[in-house]
Amino acid sequence: MMGFFSLIWASLWRKKTRAWLTLLSLICAFLLFGLLQALSVFFTAGADFVGASRLIVQSRVSFTDSLPIRMLPEIAGVPGVRDVSHDQWFGGVYGENTQIFTFATDPARLRRVYTEWVMSDAEWQAFESTRTGAIVGRKLADQYGWKVGQKLPLKSNIFPLKSGRMAWEFDIVGIYDGKDASWQAQTQGMYINFDYFSEANQFGAGSAGVFAVLLDDPNKSNEVARAIDARFLNSPDETKTQSEKDFNKGFFSQIGDIGLIVSLILVAVFFTILILTGNTMAQAVRERIPELAVLKTLGFNNTQVTLLVLAEATLLCALGALIGLGLASLAISGLAQEVPFFAAVRADATVWLQGLLAMLALALAVGLPPALRAGRIRIVDALAGR
Amino acid sequence: MSDLIPNLIEVRQLSKSYVRGKQSIKVLDALSLDIPKGDFVALMGPSGSGKTTLLNLIGGLDQPSAGEIRIDGKRIDRMKASELARWRAANVGFVFQFYNLLPVLTAERNVELPLLLTKMGGAERLKRANIALEIVGLKDRARHKPKELSGGQEQRVAIARALVSDPMLLVCDEPTGDLDRKTADEILTLLQRLNREYNKTIVMVTHDPKAADYARRIVHLDKGQLIDQAA
Repeated sequence: MMGFFSLIWASLWRKKTRAWLTLLSLICAFLLFGLLQALSVFFTAGADFVGASRLIVQSRVSFTDSLPIRMLPEIAGVPGVRDVSHDQWFGGVYGENTQIFTFATDPARLRRVYTEWVMSDAEWQAFESTRTGAIVGRKLADQYGWKVGQKLPLKSNIFPLKSGRMAWEFDIVGIYDGKDASWQAQTQGMYINFDYFSEANQFGAGSAGVFAVLLDDPNKSNEVARAIDARFLNSPDETKTQSEKDFNKGFFSQIGDIGLIVSLILVAVFFTILILTGNTMAQAVRERIPELAVLKTLGFNNTQVTLLVLAEATLLCALGALIGLGLASLAISGLAQEVPFFAAVRADATVWLQGLLAMLALALAVGLPPALRAGRIRIVDALAGR
Repeated sequence: MSDLIPNLIEVRQLSKSYVRGKQSIKVLDALSLDIPKGDFVALMGPSGSGKTTLLNLIGGLDQPSAGEIRIDGKRIDRMKASELARWRAANVGFVFQFYNLLPVLTAERNVELPLLLTKMGGAERLKRANIALEIVGLKDRARHKPKELSGGQEQRVAIARALVSDPMLLVCDEPTGDLDRKTADEILTLLQRLNREYNKTIVMVTHDPKAADYARRIVHLDKGQLIDQAA
């Protein structure tokens, strides 16, 4: 096998500049593929870690439309609802212009409904009892070096204080973790005490962006969602209730149809690569027709010559794919460390598998036509230069 | 060669026609020829006489339009393409006018090529390639690529490649056509040595009467037919 590999490897680098340029373009294509596909997986299925035991109730119009907090007992009264918490998007900005995912919530309800957040009893109690208290996710705290006991100045780009100032100040009373790796990756937000937020903001009390509903039985999520929406039908505050996963998907789809955008970009990239690499391979085989005829003269049969050329195309594509996807993995892990929002983005096994399948399809598309042509070479004609 | 020596090559009523456009061109016309084992035959004749076509047919590179080719008792004109490829790999070594080495491979890797089709291990293949290079006097150039060698050295590597699988038959198409007189004589002396010392049967196409003098026998062709055989 090593002998054949040496032959394929040597043939691949026959024209070094051309081979390097083709390889570089393949690396760029697969780097882009890895990055975009990882984002696509994150946006379209990235909320898989979210349990099915919760529903999110939002305004039927949009989740940016708040709902009155007085709806909470009515939602809690719907059969099948075990508990309810509520979140209001605060729109926190730290320092000059660093967006912090900040939600105003009821600490006790948050603890009961989001059991995935892990924090000591003392910290939960401090959050409940401190009006200006805030709890910060572990990744966020680590990123900025925030500690319990520290005062945290935060501007809101939505809610001014009653004084009209946008600059709020909170006391960090706890740092929460996730119960497992998936949830730990999500600890890049923070929660503030709803009571304080509600009293201190200029727009008045009593609104929630969304309600999070903990179900008695996850299997009855559809029935409960329909019951909640029916409860508020034809009221001034009609609701749209959906699973937490669907809500997250909907949130990301505000940006656009990520899957479609990614697919269109990748089709354009791979079409270009297909033409480029296909042309390179065709040219490489055209130039080598006498050499391939010599191989046949020496006893290589049609199938062996076809496979040699196909293996060469596959090796070139595989090199491009492995280096490109490897670079994408490195870039994604770097991005995840620098930007908390991307913490859950990963070039995981799915992305690699998709990349390798794309590589095989590309190798076949660019390698098969010249390989078949090579297999059909007539020795006598090729040696005579016909 | 003695009449008692069995024939390695038996060609009977061999014809070959090519179709070019709407015309059918007869290149070989009912040609018959016997070449005993261990012979060294030079095929001579003017351009278009059919000598290279005959060589290609004897070497199993092409199929005849009619007639029989029996090599070491086997009818190669009846073999299918894949069977013929296996037969060539095991039985024939080829030497071309322009050497036809793979430029991306070193001399020893070029010589190793025919052995890739055997079940031999890598170390054994390289060992045999180096023995073949030693026979042609180029062992010290094993790691050189063709562009780092002279024309004569390239042809020696090509001869080593033709020898490496120990075939019974060497077919040479104008092996000295691209070389100066001195180098040509060296190559022809080498072929003569392979014929005499290693008992290789050699069929060589040449235009050059001096080259033909190295053969045991000269066969003249014209218009696709045998016109003369001289010892």
